Amino acid sequence: MGWGWPALHNALGDMTEEIAVETQGLTKEFKGFVAVNDVSLRVRKGTIHAIIGPNGAGKTTLFNLITKFLQPTSGKILYKGSDITQAKSADLARHGMVRSFQISAVFPQLTVLENVRVALQRPSGISFHFWKPEATLSHFNDRAMELLEAVGLADAADGHAGELAYGRKRALEIATTLALEPETLLLDEPMAGMGTEDVSRIAALIKTISKGRTIIMIEHTMKVVADLSDTITVLQRGEILADGTYEQVSRNPEVIEAYMGTGDDA
Amino acid sequence: MERNHLILAVVAVVALLIAPHLLYSVFLMKVLCFALFACAFNLLLGYGGLLSFGHAAYFGSASYVTAHTMKVWGFTPELGIIAGMLAAALLGLVFGWLAIRRAGIYFAMVTLAFAQMVYFYALQAPFTGGEDGIQAVPRGELFGFIDLRDDISLYYFVLALFLIGFFVLYRTVYSPFGQVLKAIRENEPRAISLGYRTNHFKLATFVLSATFSGMAGAATVLVFQLASLTYVEWQMSGEVVLMTLLGGMGTVLGPVVGAALVVTLQTYLAPFGAWVTIILGVIFVICVLLFRRGIVGEALARFAFLKNDKAQLQRSDVAEATVTKEAAHDPVKPL
Ligand SMILES: Nc1ncnc2c1ncn2[C@@H]1O[C@H](COP(=O)(O)OP(=O)(O)O)[C@@H](O)[C@H]1O
Ligand SMILES: [Mg+2]
Repeated sequence: MGWGWPALHNALGDMTEEIAVETQGLTKEFKGFVAVNDVSLRVRKGTIHAIIGPNGAGKTTLFNLITKFLQPTSGKILYKGSDITQAKSADLARHGMVRSFQISAVFPQLTVLENVRVALQRPSGISFHFWKPEATLSHFNDRAMELLEAVGLADAADGHAGELAYGRKRALEIATTLALEPETLLLDEPMAGMGTEDVSRIAALIKTISKGRTIIMIEHTMKVVADLSDTITVLQRGEILADGTYEQVSRNPEVIEAYMGTGDDA
Repeated sequence: MERNHLILAVVAVVALLIAPHLLYSVFLMKVLCFALFACAFNLLLGYGGLLSFGHAAYFGSASYVTAHTMKVWGFTPELGIIAGMLAAALLGLVFGWLAIRRAGIYFAMVTLAFAQMVYFYALQAPFTGGEDGIQAVPRGELFGFIDLRDDISLYYFVLALFLIGFFVLYRTVYSPFGQVLKAIRENEPRAISLGYRTNHFKLATFVLSATFSGMAGAATVLVFQLASLTYVEWQMSGEVVLMTLLGGMGTVLGPVVGAALVVTLQTYLAPFGAWVTIILGVIFVICVLLFRRGIVGEALARFAFLKNDKAQLQRSDVAEATVTKEAAHDPVKPL
């Protein structure tokens, strides 16, 4: 007894501490169509957790639910142990959970540098200052340039974001997301539409930034998933088909039958 | 580019200071009032991406409050104007709070509905004078000692009001707040995902826009010594949309150009009576078809295009990447 309690307590403490994002029986119906069906997911802190599955499996909807862009029909969402089922999207971002979007989401009429700066200025608390000149923001320029360099966009800093090629827009989104130094990132197909060179650059970047962070990533490129992720969840028709490491999942007969056998493009 | 803005501003202010000695001052004051109204409206439409179809409510309610406080309560002009602006701000806060929950055409419809409520209130309420409006409002003495009955003195006061309003709106557009506002306009979900509570920004913008629309309405009362139903009618809401789109929404100078054009046409076409509306309508349709970005918007686009052309000419002997970098280094800040 004298030795059992603290040990048990620690074990429990670590267990709750370890989970960054958890969903319990998460369900979303669109007018009778169930896009996400009873999904219970646990994402361990500090890991890269990939979500894969065919188009229309409900991956993006799941992201929308977790980040509160959609309200679930039923089920619960926990972030670092607290219930966020009723939270607001913007407040989640303020608590370190930042998502990106499947379709490229830059601010096209702002310059590339300004895109990143808009993210940098948010925690500074000056965003409501309509009486201050824009020059107030220039002290964020150095940090913004660092982030742009990390994603290979330093040369495009002064151009409009809308004029970037598709793959470079995706890179800009990652820089913008990183500007907030989020604890938890949800990346929806971050490499879709990128050339192979950019894919390896961004894959390496994700690997680098994953230290001390939790990353949930929807991704189609199997090689990237295999290389990067600690855990993989396979979704199909809104339900979890399989869950585990790449080795476990890729050996799962249901997964093989569902689509893995059809080629490496999931 | 900031330096170019400054040079342009100095030239414009000098021109505006000389103007009343060359042109009819009441006409100029009308242009300034509507230019301010359109600038305030443009903050919401051009930078906030929100099309209000009921901005007459703020222009008009401020004009009634200014007229009433000056005529009945004996307020000095500056206090009357502040009272009008406060009324517009308050109305903007309430209506804006309710309207920003809607987007697109629904937002336009909700704002129109609120403006119609204000219109019927103005028609029925005892203090607004119904069809007659509030007439013969004394211009009074600014700060208690500058007699505004003289048109030239009044012109300089109205000019000061315009410049204050224009500067505040310009500053807002190019401020940390303005950056976020543009980001919300461009991609609201993304702005939310960065942690911005976008409704707060939209509401603040709505209130700022209403307040300066109110300033314009209040100034108009001083010029014409009148607050009337025409200021709260839906046609007034439509006119400010027209001015802004003609001049170029989302450009700083567009609304000024648009307002000047519309007021000039109204003045010179006045002999044609009811045809004015039709002629304005035709001009509007032509403009929308020919230059969709508005006059200033189109001019800026041509200017940017010319710059790109120049860059292209240089391209023959310089590596491509260098040129794009060079061209990009001097971004044209929209005026
Ligand atoms: N807002 C919505 N309204 C109705 N149906 C939707 C909505 N969003 C997604 N769906 C449907 O839900 C299913 C899952 O979509 P999605 O989550 O985007 O899939 P994935 O990201 O896995 O490709 C699709 O059949 C899609 O048509
Ligand atoms: Mg998707």
